[in-house]
Amino acid sequence: MTRAATEATESDLVQILTPDGQRHSHETYDAYLGDVDDEMLRGFYRDMALTRRFDQEATALQRQGQLALWVPLRGQEAAQIGSGRATRPNDYIFPTYREHGVALTRDVSFSEMLRLFRGISGGGWDPRENNFHMYTMVLAAQMPHAAGYGMALNMEQHGWDEERRAAEGNAVVAYFGDGSSTEGETHESMVFANSFNAPVVYFCQNNQYAISVPFEVQSKVPLVNRAVGYGMPGVRVDGNDVLAVLAVTRWALEHARSGKGPVLIEAVTYRLGAHTTADDPTKYRMSEEEKQWAPKDPLVRLETYLRENKLVDDAFFEQLVLDADAMAAKVREDAMAFPVPPLVKSFEQVYAEAHPLIQEELAWHLEYEAGFADAAEGEQ
Amino acid sequence: MTTTMTLAKAITSGLDKILDTNDKSLLMGEDIGRLGGVYRVTDGLIDKHGSHRVIDSPLGEAGIVGTAVGMALRGYSPIVEIQFDGFVFPAFNQITTQLAKMHARSEGRLTAPVVIRIPYGGGIGSIEHHSESPEALFAHTAGLRIITPSNAHDAYWMIQQAAACQDPVIVFEPKRRYWLKGEVDTETPALDAFKAQVVRPGTDATIVAYGPLVPIALAAADAALEDGRNIEVIDLRSISPIDFDTITESVQKTGRLIVTHEAPTFGGIGGEIAARITERAFLSLEAPVLRVGGFHMPYPISKVESQYLPDIDKLLEALDRSFAY
Repeated sequence: MTRAATEATESDLVQILTPDGQRHSHETYDAYLGDVDDEMLRGFYRDMALTRRFDQEATALQRQGQLALWVPLRGQEAAQIGSGRATRPNDYIFPTYREHGVALTRDVSFSEMLRLFRGISGGGWDPRENNFHMYTMVLAAQMPHAAGYGMALNMEQHGWDEERRAAEGNAVVAYFGDGSSTEGETHESMVFANSFNAPVVYFCQNNQYAISVPFEVQSKVPLVNRAVGYGMPGVRVDGNDVLAVLAVTRWALEHARSGKGPVLIEAVTYRLGAHTTADDPTKYRMSEEEKQWAPKDPLVRLETYLRENKLVDDAFFEQLVLDADAMAAKVREDAMAFPVPPLVKSFEQVYAEAHPLIQEELAWHLEYEAGFADAAEGEQ
Repeated sequence: MTTTMTLAKAITSGLDKILDTNDKSLLMGEDIGRLGGVYRVTDGLIDKHGSHRVIDSPLGEAGIVGTAVGMALRGYSPIVEIQFDGFVFPAFNQITTQLAKMHARSEGRLTAPVVIRIPYGGGIGSIEHHSESPEALFAHTAGLRIITPSNAHDAYWMIQQAAACQDPVIVFEPKRRYWLKGEVDTETPALDAFKAQVVRPGTDATIVAYGPLVPIALAAADAALEDGRNIEVIDLRSISPIDFDTITESVQKTGRLIVTHEAPTFGGIGGEIAARITERAFLSLEAPVLRVGGFHMPYPISKVESQYLPDIDKLLEALDRSFAY
């Protein structure tokens, strides 16, 4: 059991795989890695590599004018794959707008995800299919949703004992960043979740920057220190260490699921790229700093570990590059082929039930558009 | 069966019936449990339905509406209370960017059947932020429905109709009419919550009012009768959508229209009605559509609020202007 951190320091960071690829044992969290065999380790690398390749392709698509915007995640693959792979299918995930890696672990189609960024959908995928909610662009607005969803789970599982909850119950993961950690809705969400003992794992990817503003402007103390103020356990984990993130998130989900209430995880990571494709990190951070973080790259350290322990050969990486390129080509092809839904669809989706103003404006719109068709016919 | 009850008690009874009939429904808000709400609208419901269905929430309007959205995503139908009109704004983001858009953003896959109850309006001699009418700020947001009952019978049924609706509904409750008694027929449902109702037929001019001003409009119509003017009064009931058909039909008959609300005239619901009716019934109009509403100022100090609020005299003055045109 991890104590609620009061004064987190660098030494409190849970780490299992060091930046140079050495695996250390951990007295608390090794228990959560018992089933991790060689195949799973290779799988984590594959997940991270595919996610990075997808991110690269989407960035290119934006640069080529095919997406309105893209939100790169390079550097945060371990935090996302490790936490995503810790969830069960019946857990519900509330992402921010950068959780492309978590989406992969939930089997959300990468192609579908581009519909939002291509400007042809307000959501993009069916949240009910994979229990992976739509991206939320309004910072932290998803946070109280997570608490409420968790409160609803408690109502459903009312009367279940701890054992049954742990086995059959489900939990919620609320993703957020160091930027949205300061929003009022993050605070209110944590208050509600703690007051009602909701099964919510708050997973913060502290990537050090809220667009351009460094973490020290968001908080004077490590983010995990806030947990104690709400009365929940907090764990600070090396967010670039996929094994540590997996273990810590599994522990947190077990805690939440079995009815013991929410948990705060601070995954310390670094956004290697820009905030979005509209951003320019050279204006606010030194390349020296980026150089310091580069060797901590989550893919590099797992690759080192896999190679040094002879769990992979060159052919593994060669094949993975081919697979990733094929995936990227498919995503690109799909994105370009998505039909643009007519504005009529937008009218239909405003309300669930019939609405006279919508009907009136839709009728006007159709008549107006039909006028152009008639005019075109007349010219022929 | 018909029972006499106050508007507040009619809402209590309506909520009780919702909790009885829909096991996915629940109430949440500040002080709504043990205390029964600051206006006692939820009085007694926690004893009957339990604290898991009548939830005393922490103080936090964004948290209240935001968690309600999360519950709705899991299949629940929360009915939340915002304690006072002027305190809804911390939840404005959740209501306008999240709740209102959930159905559209998800391409119709997700619904968010959340009901938000807000006591609103002035005339109760209170201090600041307790007397406001912010309905226009929400009416501008597509995806929301907004209703406001003016009498006990409507209150009993409209809260139930709101709860049954798959869209999010804001119910503005006219707090100065909470103690207004009326006959409630608990067997015959009221008119569709999203329709306006002619509450007094007339021939010479139409007054559209809603919520707390409906009794005022009716009293003004009575007074106008002394001048030989037979005024039709429409209780708007639904602020979004607005039942323009009922208003149009009335204006085609009377030729004159006054719209009244406590909210400031500028940018208010009256302006929207005036524009639409001008488009729909231009040739029937004998005079411009006139508005009787609040001034463009923060809701005034209570000692002078009577000069700010629309009243019988202001409505009669507007009728005079309309007839003199």
